[in-house]
Amino acid sequence: MDFLQTLKIALRALRTNKMRSFLTMLGIIIGIASVIAMMAVGSGASYVISQQIASIGSNIILVIPGSTTSGGLRTGSGGAQTLTSDDVKAIMAECPSVDLASGTVRSSGQVVYGNMNWSTVIMGGTPELFEIREWGIANGRGITQQDVDGAVKVCLLGQTVADNLFGSADPVGNIVRIKKIPFTVIGVLERKGQSPQGTDQDDTLFVPLRTAQRNLVRSQHTNNVGALIVKAKSKELLTKAEEEINSLLNQRHRITGGKEPDFSTRNLSEILAVAEQSSKAMSLLLGAVASISLIVGGIGIMNIMLVSVTERTREIGIRMAIGAKKNDILLQFMTEAVLLTMLGGLIGIALGAGGAMVVSRMLEWPTLISFQSISIAFVFSGAVGIFFGFYPARKAAGLNPIDALRYE
Amino acid sequence: MSKVIALTDIRRVFTMGDQQFEALKGVSYSISAGEFVAIMGASGSGKSTCMNILGCLDRPTSGQYLLDGLDVGAMNTNQLADIRNKKLGFVFQGFNLLARTPAVENVELPLVYAGLHSRERREKALAAMQQVGLAGKENNHPSQLSGGQQQRVAIARALVNNPAVILADEPTGNLDSSSTAEIMSLFTTLNKQGITIIMVTHEHDVAAYAGRQITFRDGNIIGDTK
Ligand SMILES: Nc1ncnc2c1ncn2[C@@H]1O[C@H](COP(=O)(O)OP(=O)(O)OP(=O)(O)O)[C@@H](O)[C@H]1O
Ligand SMILES: [Mg+2]
Repeated sequence: MDFLQTLKIALRALRTNKMRSFLTMLGIIIGIASVIAMMAVGSGASYVISQQIASIGSNIILVIPGSTTSGGLRTGSGGAQTLTSDDVKAIMAECPSVDLASGTVRSSGQVVYGNMNWSTVIMGGTPELFEIREWGIANGRGITQQDVDGAVKVCLLGQTVADNLFGSADPVGNIVRIKKIPFTVIGVLERKGQSPQGTDQDDTLFVPLRTAQRNLVRSQHTNNVGALIVKAKSKELLTKAEEEINSLLNQRHRITGGKEPDFSTRNLSEILAVAEQSSKAMSLLLGAVASISLIVGGIGIMNIMLVSVTERTREIGIRMAIGAKKNDILLQFMTEAVLLTMLGGLIGIALGAGGAMVVSRMLEWPTLISFQSISIAFVFSGAVGIFFGFYPARKAAGLNPIDALRYE
Repeated sequence: MSKVIALTDIRRVFTMGDQQFEALKGVSYSISAGEFVAIMGASGSGKSTCMNILGCLDRPTSGQYLLDGLDVGAMNTNQLADIRNKKLGFVFQGFNLLARTPAVENVELPLVYAGLHSRERREKALAAMQQVGLAGKENNHPSQLSGGQQQRVAIARALVNNPAVILADEPTGNLDSSSTAEIMSLFTTLNKQGITIIMVTHEHDVAAYAGRQITFRDGNIIGDTK
């Protein structure tokens, strides 16, 4: 018997019981639709995360001050000021795997322009900072070494800050007051977007490091920096660079034996690994949801196919009497089951993709529907049909023609 | 004339639990090509059991069955399915047509399993429907046909693959007298065209259409007009 005919018979059987076929498919439809939708939202999420991680810059190591114990009081990590601009210079000079390094200080405060004011993060940094973070200038010029050396009172605005203080006007050349001190705006940075932690990276204002050390942060020594940001020469050298920094700083800070270091390093590949791990956990979860819903759907299919075999016992008898072989009957019922699940799979894919698009519109959240997820869903729905359709089909094929013909 | 069917000492024992029942107790007869045979007998005498064996739907417990010279006993189920498809045509008391399927597709069914292409199938099916006088009813579903017409669709289906024998188990059992007369005259016509027919019936006037009557009682043949 040719396959086209088998397909035609199966389609007719499904059409005879339209409502029942649809309800049977529903399990598969819901299962596949939710998998497709969740996969789309999930891969959209990991796309966003990877974009955000990339926005920090590549091959980056952060050095932050560790906790110190002074008079029995331990400050939290980052609370101490143990790093200096000299550490930065030493790292640049003595760590061969390091490409660039910049000290940074961080503060926050009010920035005023005319009658506008805006509270924002104020960062002090060197020209290297912008190279490390791969952060270009949209308008005006960047911070130069001369600005840093001379502690010149100039500033660079993040896009959010520029928007809030100047609206659509050009900020370059204007004077803003930061903590009541006048600064000349020399440029506006390119838009960066959200950080992996969800903060707006453009809501920042940058000033030369020494300017910040002298005027904006209170510290014992004007040479202190809050944190170091270092770029390794390559991805492969990331861990090597981290080791070099650790040993150099241990030496410089005279950390020996059991003494707890007064700094710590973090490299962004760790953050990446965490993100990867969570996306792996996510896909594992999706897989579990998918397989459960497909199993439930498959059991529904099997149930209905068994009912269908019983209902159509006489038909099976007729077909056998007329010359259908066991395999013809087996194939007929298998085709019916696979058609059910594949049709359900197709509808589910369409619904899931549609749902993902609605989610992406409403929540302004990117969704990615990959060809891969669609083909996996399709193949899986077919496999469910084969798996759960086999038993009923074998039951049909195993019927004795005389008994089947006599069945009322 | 060549023997289409040759039964030798056919026995059929049904086992139900620890009970055994011998429905056929050593039946032997043969039927030549072109014969029209009526099988008669009381209810439970083994007529249908014998027909099922003739139709290769069931196997005898012992004995030999040659169909068109082929030893059916030695065949596997797939070969038997092929035999049913190519050498036999069935007509049942209850018509046994596929519901919600146009008459012409019911007639085509044996050709589907014979592996013919759709054009050839349709041609042969239409010819068979013409032969049984159902031209114009091709697209009616069984529920849109009278009992007599349904039985004629079944006969067309039995004819369509040019079988060696048509087996009919009480083909008029569900029909009124005028439909019965129609069906029997159709059988007579077909028989005159050379088709071998074996028919089970309870009614003497129906059996009278046949050229030969075989009578069963309790699993034995007690009469054969040949
Ligand atoms: N599958 C079976 N299992 C057990 N006994 C059976 C089976 N099929 C038939 N029989 C028995 O065999 C005997 C013959 O049955 P069969 O159907 O051949 O009768 P029949 O001559 O066709 O009767 P009727 O005219 O009523 O159709 C009956 O006694 C029946 O009970
Ligand atoms: Mg009977």
